[in-house]
Amino acid sequence: MKLAYYPGCSLEVNSAAYDVSTRAVADVLGITLQELDDWNCCGATEYFSQDELTACAVIARNLALVEKDLDQLVAPCAACYLNLAKTDKLMVDHEELGKQVNQCLAAGGLQYTPGRVRVRNLLDVIYTDVGEEEIKKKIKKPLTGLRVAPYYGCQVVRPICETDNPEYPMQMDHLFQWLGAEVVDYPVKAHCCGGHMTQISEPQAFEMIRRLLQSAVHYEADMILCMCPMCQLNLDAYQGRVNSHFKTEFKMPIIFFTQLMGIALGIEPDKLDFGKELVDARPVLAAKLGAAETVSV
Amino acid sequence: MAERVGIYVCHCGSNIAGMVDVEEVAKWAGVAIPDVVVARDYKFMCSSLGQQMIEEDIKKEKLTRVVVAACSPHLHEKTFRRACQNAGLNPFLCQMTNLREHCSWVSTDRLAATAKAKALVYAAAERVKRQQPLEPMPVKVNPTTLVVGGGIAGIQATLELADAGYKVYLVERSPSIGGHMAQFDKTFPTLDCSACILTPKMSEVGQHENVTLLTYSELEEVSGSVGNFQVKIRKKARHVDYDKCTGCGICIEKCPRKVIDHEFEAGLGYRKAIYTPFPQAVPRIPVIDTESCIWFTRGKCQACSKLCPTQAIDYDQQDETIEIEVGNIIVSTGWNLFDCTKLPQYGYGRLANVYTNMEFERLCNAAGPTNGKILMRDGKTEPDSVAIIHCVGSRDSRHNEGCSAVCCMAALKFGHLVLEKTKAKVYSFYIDMRPNQKAYEEFYQRLLEEGMIFVRGKVAEVTDAARQPSEEGKLIVQAEDTLLGKQQRYPVDMVILMGAMEPQADAKELGLKCGISCSMAGWYTERHPKLDPVATMTDGLFVAGVCQGPKDIPASVAQGAAAAARVMGMITKGTVMIEPIVASIDEEECSGCRICNNLCPFNAIEYDEEKGVSRVVTALCKGCGTCVAACPAGAITGAHFNNQQIMAEIRGALWDAAPEAKEEPAAV
Amino acid sequence: MSDTVFEPKILGFLCNWCSYRAADLAGIARIKYPANIRIIRVMCSGRVDPTFVLSAFAQGADGVMVAGCHPGECHYVDQNYKAMRRYAMLKQMLAQMGLEDNRLRLVWASAAEGQQLAEAIEKLVADVRELGPLNWPKSWEENGHRLEAIQNIAREHAEAMEVPQ
Repeated sequence: MKLAYYPGCSLEVNSAAYDVSTRAVADVLGITLQELDDWNCCGATEYFSQDELTACAVIARNLALVEKDLDQLVAPCAACYLNLAKTDKLMVDHEELGKQVNQCLAAGGLQYTPGRVRVRNLLDVIYTDVGEEEIKKKIKKPLTGLRVAPYYGCQVVRPICETDNPEYPMQMDHLFQWLGAEVVDYPVKAHCCGGHMTQISEPQAFEMIRRLLQSAVHYEADMILCMCPMCQLNLDAYQGRVNSHFKTEFKMPIIFFTQLMGIALGIEPDKLDFGKELVDARPVLAAKLGAAETVSV
Repeated sequence: MAERVGIYVCHCGSNIAGMVDVEEVAKWAGVAIPDVVVARDYKFMCSSLGQQMIEEDIKKEKLTRVVVAACSPHLHEKTFRRACQNAGLNPFLCQMTNLREHCSWVSTDRLAATAKAKALVYAAAERVKRQQPLEPMPVKVNPTTLVVGGGIAGIQATLELADAGYKVYLVERSPSIGGHMAQFDKTFPTLDCSACILTPKMSEVGQHENVTLLTYSELEEVSGSVGNFQVKIRKKARHVDYDKCTGCGICIEKCPRKVIDHEFEAGLGYRKAIYTPFPQAVPRIPVIDTESCIWFTRGKCQACSKLCPTQAIDYDQQDETIEIEVGNIIVSTGWNLFDCTKLPQYGYGRLANVYTNMEFERLCNAAGPTNGKILMRDGKTEPDSVAIIHCVGSRDSRHNEGCSAVCCMAALKFGHLVLEKTKAKVYSFYIDMRPNQKAYEEFYQRLLEEGMIFVRGKVAEVTDAARQPSEEGKLIVQAEDTLLGKQQRYPVDMVILMGAMEPQADAKELGLKCGISCSMAGWYTERHPKLDPVATMTDGLFVAGVCQGPKDIPASVAQGAAAAARVMGMITKGTVMIEPIVASIDEEECSGCRICNNLCPFNAIEYDEEKGVSRVVTALCKGCGTCVAACPAGAITGAHFNNQQIMAEIRGALWDAAPEAKEEPAAV
Repeated sequence: MSDTVFEPKILGFLCNWCSYRAADLAGIARIKYPANIRIIRVMCSGRVDPTFVLSAFAQGADGVMVAGCHPGECHYVDQNYKAMRRYAMLKQMLAQMGLEDNRLRLVWASAAEGQQLAEAIEKLVADVRELGPLNWPKSWEENGHRLEAIQNIAREHAEAMEVPQ
């Protein structure tokens, strides 16, 4: 299976662990990821509220860069995924917009036929295309005894997204059940992490983050698994601030689902970029998976 | 002699005239189509004035053929055939063409629609000229009736017929009749006890001399046609001898195996492995659930058999298929509850104190698992607050687009029962309140006065993720109160989901067996949505109750009675006329190749060894015409759909196509 | 109809029990589809004599649809299977005559599938529109010797069926 790969800005720096672990896991699962040559930022969430045409053009440039022999593009970052999928859909649905975007692209010598590329989210590719049988075959170290809280965030559950159930997604739940983990079915798994609210109103943002952490703790999860760099950043980096704001004592490791999946597939932990998270996941992994040598602290 | 054709183009108000230039079509038809003597358009051709116009024309203009360009022949063919007959014209010399369903309603371009209408009229005119007078065939109606489904609609239909003196077979798949109504505690808006009004009717059915009750039985196969259906029914093995059992109930009492009752008690209560669904079951003969029975699963026990005073237990009993003959069939197979786990955001199956409406019916039923006490899943605590969520799986394009019609009132009833039996606060989360029958609005007002709290908004989710201390340990209902324009959180103890009514899982399958079609939503289609609500497109088959569409008890009862009245009409008349659309073989032309013999699924073609020709048994022929199309000698004619007629129709429909190649098809 | 776009003439043979009712339902539900199709009711898709289809093409139809109940749901038990077999034969025959595959289509539509039938009609109209006019047997004149063969077929069928000359 070969897909075009769009890492996005976050995966370059603060979520490098997501990029590293995605490539490692894809390698084991036999997914060839061909990174787009000269890709550009997806404009994150802000650009669309400023100017739709420009936002679309910026994003469509990436779609236009997908090699002619590929028809699927995977973006691990949930926000990038949504932007790419949304732009394609907008161009398909609104012919006029599609034309205008292509005029913009033409300035750079590019062209994109709406609908040509199917934009995929990484979880769906792993869950649907690779599937239970193949994944189970490749398990080297079952995650027995580890309680994980899958956290989908709010970007992949929009109406246009390819999710199993936008109201209550279960793909990551099932995936980690296959991998042997105890999955906690906690109710806030598709709630918003606050996004950029930290930059607008800290008390509001902290409350949103607290709810997520609180629910995971309530269900006795050992860690939260993310599929979006923004979610991971908010829950991990702001956990200390949340603690001092609410006088709580959260110490919940927040990692990317591909990192833990990598462990189950027998990938060396240092090839999965553990240790960059602020709340260190390694002690919990060592304690729960009962193998200090597997995950060196 | 040339035929004299009359063409009648209907406006159907603006239904046709709004998209098709009907005046132009009529004017054109009078000039362009050969042999047309009169061509008129009229506002409503099916009205008595419209029919009168046709009748007068037939007499005055000596018409020999009539074309009515209006709606679907499935709707009004009979109307216009009757008009022709009144004027002395054989009804089969009238042809309808469908300008409404097949043209005006589906088109967007007036010019294109008008052109299409002309072609359809031309085709019908060319066809009608070649139609032949036919005589309907009289068939005697068997006065016995089959009712399929023993809910309240089926019970009502059965009793109406039986009381009028006619024999009825009532087939029910579960061990007892009664249907969903037997599970209810109270009925809205009068709050009379469901069992008190239903069980007398049930026992009347059980004891009626004219009723043969076949419970725990399934409809296997229907053949024949109106007046004379042959029906195969499979009586599932009860493992209890129907004749020996007295219904004393000792077997049930002594059975050591207790299982969760997912049917009658909606999973909230228990039953034994040998059981009747509920104490007032009709018949009172129990059945053995072989999947739970210790004897059937482990080969031990036999407590029931040992203790039965009449030796009625029969472990070796097998399914039995019986064949019956009836003249008419009433289908009243009811509904299924929407699977509320399909909306995981409401937490059913995950959060203990989220209930479905059917569960709650049992919870507040005095004969239910809690003896009518409204208790939470722990079986001890009364809730302090209850939220009722409307439209779960109904009015939802992802599941059932339609409204389930009864849930608003059922929710009000639940609200009343909670307020009456507990001190709890009750919230109703509704999209629209629809209390739209007699005394329903008054009941709504009553609940407003009783203090039920109404929140207009669709619930986003039900969660146990508390945000504030006051929410700890509660179920939080998150909804936008659209009247306040605000997102609100309501912490409650118990949530009731008003799950949608859905067609039975095998409704389509049963429909196919009988010849009833389903709507897009899966409900059985009635012959006419307004004017023929219990008949179906198949003569002799009627529908009643929710299987035709969501409705409440009064409406189901009314339909049951209506269906029975229609059947009684057929029985009283004694004969029905069957359309003479059958095949016939010209023995002179038949080469005796016997290709047609094997094609007929009804074995209606027999071979005359002596003459070396095949022959159609008219009584068995259903008129599909497959043999007609297959006969290499062209020896078979399908009455009313013969080759000349269809060829003429093709020619007419293409009157404006490729004019240079427009001569007769084989003019070479 | 606009002058520039080719508006094909499509003939539809719809069975009385499923497809004709599906078309009725499409109307009742006000589902829109192109006005190019003209519907002829037959009792069963099994009634559709291959000659009907040939005749339709010969008389100027640009496309033909045969529609019946879904396999296994035929009102006459299994006669739609016979339609299916004839359709396969017809396809082969039309291909030999040089007719494009997309001009003839067999569709299954139950009485509840107004939407599906409308979509199938729309698709057929679009496909035939792309192919352009058939103009048959006129177009066969360019292919003289084959024209004769075709006319013979038509004559034989006509004789067998006693079509009024």
